[in-house]
Amino acid sequence: MALLEVSNLKKHFPVKKGILSRTVGEVRAVDGVSFAIERGETLGLVGESGCGKTTVGRSILRLTEPTSGDITFNGQDLHRLSREELRKMRASFQIIFQDPFSSLDPRMSVGDIIAEPIRNHVACSRSERRDRVAHLLDKVGLHPAQMSRYPHEFSGGQRQRIGIARALALNPLAIVCDEPVSALDVSIQAQVINLLVELQEEMNLSYLFIAHDLSVVEHISNRVAVMYLGRIAELATDEELYRNPLHPYTKALLSAVPVPDPDARMQRIILEGDVPSPLSPPAGCVFHNRCASRKKICTEERPPLQDVGGGHLVACHGG
Amino acid sequence: MKGQENALLSIRGLRTLFHTIDGVMKAVDGVDMEVFRGETLGLVGESGCGKSVTALSVLRLLACPPAEIRGTIQFRGENLLDLNREGIRKIRGNAISMIFQEPMTSLNPVLTIGEQIAEAVRFHRGVSRQEAWRWAEQMLQMVQIPSPRQRAREYPHKLSGGMRQRAMIAMALSCNPQLLFADEPTTALDVTIQAQILNLMKRLKDEFNTSIVLITHDLGVIAEMASRVIVMYAGQVVEEAPVRDLFKDPGHPYTQGLLGSVPVIGRKARTGRRLQEIPGVVPGPLEMPGGCRFHPRCARVMDVCRKEEPQEVRLGEHRRLKCWLAG
Repeated sequence: MALLEVSNLKKHFPVKKGILSRTVGEVRAVDGVSFAIERGETLGLVGESGCGKTTVGRSILRLTEPTSGDITFNGQDLHRLSREELRKMRASFQIIFQDPFSSLDPRMSVGDIIAEPIRNHVACSRSERRDRVAHLLDKVGLHPAQMSRYPHEFSGGQRQRIGIARALALNPLAIVCDEPVSALDVSIQAQVINLLVELQEEMNLSYLFIAHDLSVVEHISNRVAVMYLGRIAELATDEELYRNPLHPYTKALLSAVPVPDPDARMQRIILEGDVPSPLSPPAGCVFHNRCASRKKICTEERPPLQDVGGGHLVACHGG
Repeated sequence: MKGQENALLSIRGLRTLFHTIDGVMKAVDGVDMEVFRGETLGLVGESGCGKSVTALSVLRLLACPPAEIRGTIQFRGENLLDLNREGIRKIRGNAISMIFQEPMTSLNPVLTIGEQIAEAVRFHRGVSRQEAWRWAEQMLQMVQIPSPRQRAREYPHKLSGGMRQRAMIAMALSCNPQLLFADEPTTALDVTIQAQILNLMKRLKDEFNTSIVLITHDLGVIAEMASRVIVMYAGQVVEEAPVRDLFKDPGHPYTQGLLGSVPVIGRKARTGRRLQEIPGVVPGPLEMPGGCRFHPRCARVMDVCRKEEPQEVRLGEHRRLKCWLAG
């Protein structure tokens, strides 16, 4: 059994209007998403604004309550857990956030920030805790002596490392990485990506790596899921995805990524228009109104996510 | 110098300082560069390198004080820094224009987009209200905004990010500028929208024969759009080269480091899961190292680098390198 199994996850946000706050519609931020992650594996979740990838990350951890769907982590059905059990589960399933500036409490020292999860979950002495914090800081490439400093004294990249140290404090099995490098400069991005890869290899960690940058996602992931308007369009290994993309959206996305090579001949697939509003997604396949290969069935029936061989999944009516 | 006669814009010895409570911040510290007719010049670097401040200095979009701009910026036979407020206003949005990263913060939220474009046209071309409005509608059509007449009457918040960026491009090109500064024009946009906007910019550049200075940290965008590239670090130019040369044979260790640290789809199979790292961080403006500013992070540092700032070495017509390795 996989470490994490997500089945038909949905998260709908009601839209309320008027004095009586009547529900007039709903935003289907996540509309039936399924995937699994093995131990030691990285699944990348990529897509553009409004595709629902961040909501998937938060729903899995029940930071936001899913509308429906099954989530099994380390053999436990996350839905069935009481608040206390959920709290305990979080020791093994952590998260790193995008913004290194708002995800650390500015009024706590870095040492306290990293020690907090330990304090909440493990009974140990103060000096044991201190040692663990020092060890974690060292692990993420920071100096243990810095544990008495405050977040504002560190750069963006260093703060991200602190967030990683915090996530590692309880020796988790899996970490949801929600756009962990988007806010960082290119050279710092590389440092943090390398750190995440190293830690994974050392600790056999699983990552759900959520990002909009396809190059970063492809680099760090073993498998990649491409999301569009709340649904998975395609899921394949990193290599399969760029060598043999099957979904028209994936192809357009890949062709849109600028390559740092002036000689690369870009055969650009330019998608027309913008992403439709998630308040009124198109019927049938949500991508059909921007798809050059659209057929009649695409406007009527939602294509199921199917395995077309070797674990390569696609949701498309196309040939 | 041969190139200088054909230069549309020639910047010499630009120093832009900010007087702050903590001291004088040298955001741009001795920059020379030229922009030629009909080219796209890429200006690349990470946070704090001074690339945006360079553009803002040319257009004098910085409040002085606390900013102070020194040097010369030659454009059409005059030094832009000698112009008074009225003089520079005639140039801004007219002969030299600029588009910014966050279209929402650079578009006026209380004016319709048609009004904003028409405003620039009326100011610079002195035409009537109706004509300016028609001009605005035409510009919106040119940037491929669907239903341009309706959109012209809408406020910026009604448009998506990509549409707002198109509106800003329409505004910037409305008076047919000779030079356009584009400061991270697509960074805030989704990648498929970015592709649309870059395509549009290429097309319009050819149609209007505008020179573009494209400021970005994204090396992929540079490779696609620029013909010549200038790399900046900590307020200075460290390398200049034609785009192919920069990517195939970068001279500065910083450039080499940047190119190696960017993840590229498909490259992992050859180079493995470890990206090249530039250790350390960009020095803060008040903590500049002595000697070469990059030396504490340089994989090829030598003794001289720690003591003396390297000279700029000219390696060819559009190639220069500020590095002791070039000596």
